[in-house]
Amino acid sequence: MLTKKHLVLLASAGVVTLAGTSTANAATLEDTVERGAVQCGVSDGLPGFSAPDGDGNWQGLDVDVCRAVAAAVLGDADAVNYISLNAVERFTALQSGEVDVLSRNTTWTTTRDTTLGLNFAGVNFYDGIGFMVSRDLGISGADELDGAAICIQTGTTTELNVADYFRANDMQFDPIVFDTSEQTVGGFQAGRCDVLTSDTSQLAALRIQLDDPEGAVILPDIISKEPLGPVVRQGDDTWFNIVKWSLFAMLNAEEYGVTSENVDDMTSSENPDIARLLGQDGNYGEGMGLEADWAYNIISQVGNYAESFERNVGMGSPLEIERGANALWNQGGFQYAPPIR
Amino acid sequence: MSVRPNTRPAGQKPPFWRDRAKRALIFQLLLTAAVAAFLLYIVGNVQDNLSARGITTGFGFLSNTAGFGIVQSLIDYSSRDTYGRTFLVGLLNTLLVGGFGVLAATTIGFIVGIARLSPNWLLARLATAYIETFRNIPLLLQIFFWYFAVLRALPSARDSLSFGEVLFLNVRGLYLPEPLFESGFGLIPVTFLVAIVASVILVIWNRRRHEATGKRLPAIWISLALIFGLPLLVLLATGVPVTWDVPELRGFNFRGGFTIIPEFLALWLALSIYTAAFIAEIVRSGIQAISHGQTEAAQALSLPRNLVLRLVVIPQALRVIIPPLTSQYLNLIKNSSLATAIGYPDLVSVFAGTTLNQTGQAIEVIAMTMAVYLTISLLVSMFMNWFNARVALVER
Repeated sequence: MLTKKHLVLLASAGVVTLAGTSTANAATLEDTVERGAVQCGVSDGLPGFSAPDGDGNWQGLDVDVCRAVAAAVLGDADAVNYISLNAVERFTALQSGEVDVLSRNTTWTTTRDTTLGLNFAGVNFYDGIGFMVSRDLGISGADELDGAAICIQTGTTTELNVADYFRANDMQFDPIVFDTSEQTVGGFQAGRCDVLTSDTSQLAALRIQLDDPEGAVILPDIISKEPLGPVVRQGDDTWFNIVKWSLFAMLNAEEYGVTSENVDDMTSSENPDIARLLGQDGNYGEGMGLEADWAYNIISQVGNYAESFERNVGMGSPLEIERGANALWNQGGFQYAPPIR
Repeated sequence: MSVRPNTRPAGQKPPFWRDRAKRALIFQLLLTAAVAAFLLYIVGNVQDNLSARGITTGFGFLSNTAGFGIVQSLIDYSSRDTYGRTFLVGLLNTLLVGGFGVLAATTIGFIVGIARLSPNWLLARLATAYIETFRNIPLLLQIFFWYFAVLRALPSARDSLSFGEVLFLNVRGLYLPEPLFESGFGLIPVTFLVAIVASVILVIWNRRRHEATGKRLPAIWISLALIFGLPLLVLLATGVPVTWDVPELRGFNFRGGFTIIPEFLALWLALSIYTAAFIAEIVRSGIQAISHGQTEAAQALSLPRNLVLRLVVIPQALRVIIPPLTSQYLNLIKNSSLATAIGYPDLVSVFAGTTLNQTGQAIEVIAMTMAVYLTISLLVSMFMNWFNARVALVER
């Protein structure tokens, strides 16, 4: 008997098996324009990154990448078809063409970038793996976790990095792996495991889903590098550029102080950087097959990176994650976008 | 009476399309060619598509380091081992739950099936209620029931249910003491083997004597006494060279001893209880298929009731029971792949789940997994067919 997960996998494998070779290098841009919507793969519900709100509209930092691409390509940030994928399904769905952008808190690693036929189009969140434990255990650091049972979501880099960490520190642990983040939280709450581990941003999101968020603490240790970003298929460089530069446009907009509120005033700005970004000086969308106002559409409809961050995961959200490593390069963080010129 | 004129000159063969044997041969060749062409097309197309998309293929990934942990393993496994080893670990975990599931389902199924025919009204109704309840609820729900409703409700590690301070039950599983064998223990398995050989000889001798003289010894009971009593005697005589590693609460968890994880318990219970309901019906129908005249004839020969069952009814009923029983065994083993829903590390969860995702080799991994289930099922099928042939009616 097969679960839903495997049916999706098999179906996708079937698509790879049977589909003609012509789709491999298909022009994703033309298909998207013809369809009138961007096919975007998102998570199965991770608050702050991609989760439907009370009205069923997808919201989050990762969702804003999809919206930015739709705004740049179609001029309408709402023209997105969201496809919810779990950790195991995500790459197969992208490879087989079920989605054209995967924006689902996915870690950029060598294996994924080089052997799966995929390209990472940048980093929209710098993250790292952390641990959440019950407050009663009185644990203050990850080095006290020897012998713990740890709940992990299957198919993630977390599975590998936690094993590496415990091995490197000569400690034992029991991995309890589940399919969805909901099940891992369930296992943690029921006491099946002592520790819930994931990217720290996810831990913050999962913690507020607990019955008693105050009863759990996130340990200060970060044990790995987890650069999360949108992913596209190899072989369509135009589409790769569109996704990459949609993200860069949001970062550049923050750097130049362009927001969704002042973008209309900024179109008359004398600043040459802003003029190029908003298509007042030259057409930088042309090389990607887009209109000159591609970045204007992104900023007016989705906002710049700072707006997206604060609204979804920052201090304006229940997650209250600080900018930290995700601040701009000139404000002590890593976020750095190449210039538009 | 009209005679159809033979229009064909003698000695001339009919055209080949009029020859039934040749026509059949041609159609079979065409079909084989079509299937082969389709398979070739699929394989070639997969290769084209994979290379066009820049996806790495091949089985080389099996020798790469896996780098992830697995909670239950029958063989030595650490995250430094290879993906190939994760395949073995998953396979053995599947066989473990499948094997124990088949044993438990058969036992429960036979008991319930016979109970349903019992003249005891209460017993028969209870058996009916069992069958109708568990047969009609989807298996996945039953797995969730055992895992989330029953085993999740157990207390935490610190408030474990303790049985005599050696056996502990909590939300993390069942903790049992593990025997550690000291030197001198090697005698016990040897005695055990000797007792088994002696029992076999006893049974054969008893049968010959019975046929020759009509006298019988209670050979079954003597054998059981031999097989269990003799090793026990030796054990006591050598001063019990066994120490027990009793689980003990240290830090987060119980350490030492032997742990049965709740994922295994939930899956095993659900599979056994679900499949047993079907087996019970198969057993009941098998017994009822034997004409009542057989029982009456046996009673007329003044055979006692237990011998009527053992010598007349059950051997005939087995002929009816075994073929459908085989399908139930196959179902149970295939259904064990639902393990992934509760995180039991079986083949589908470990290999077609984690390994597939970490390596991205979907086609290779899914093909290997399907081949494994096919192989296991064919082997079980072969064994059951052999067993069926043994008990089948020998017509004289």
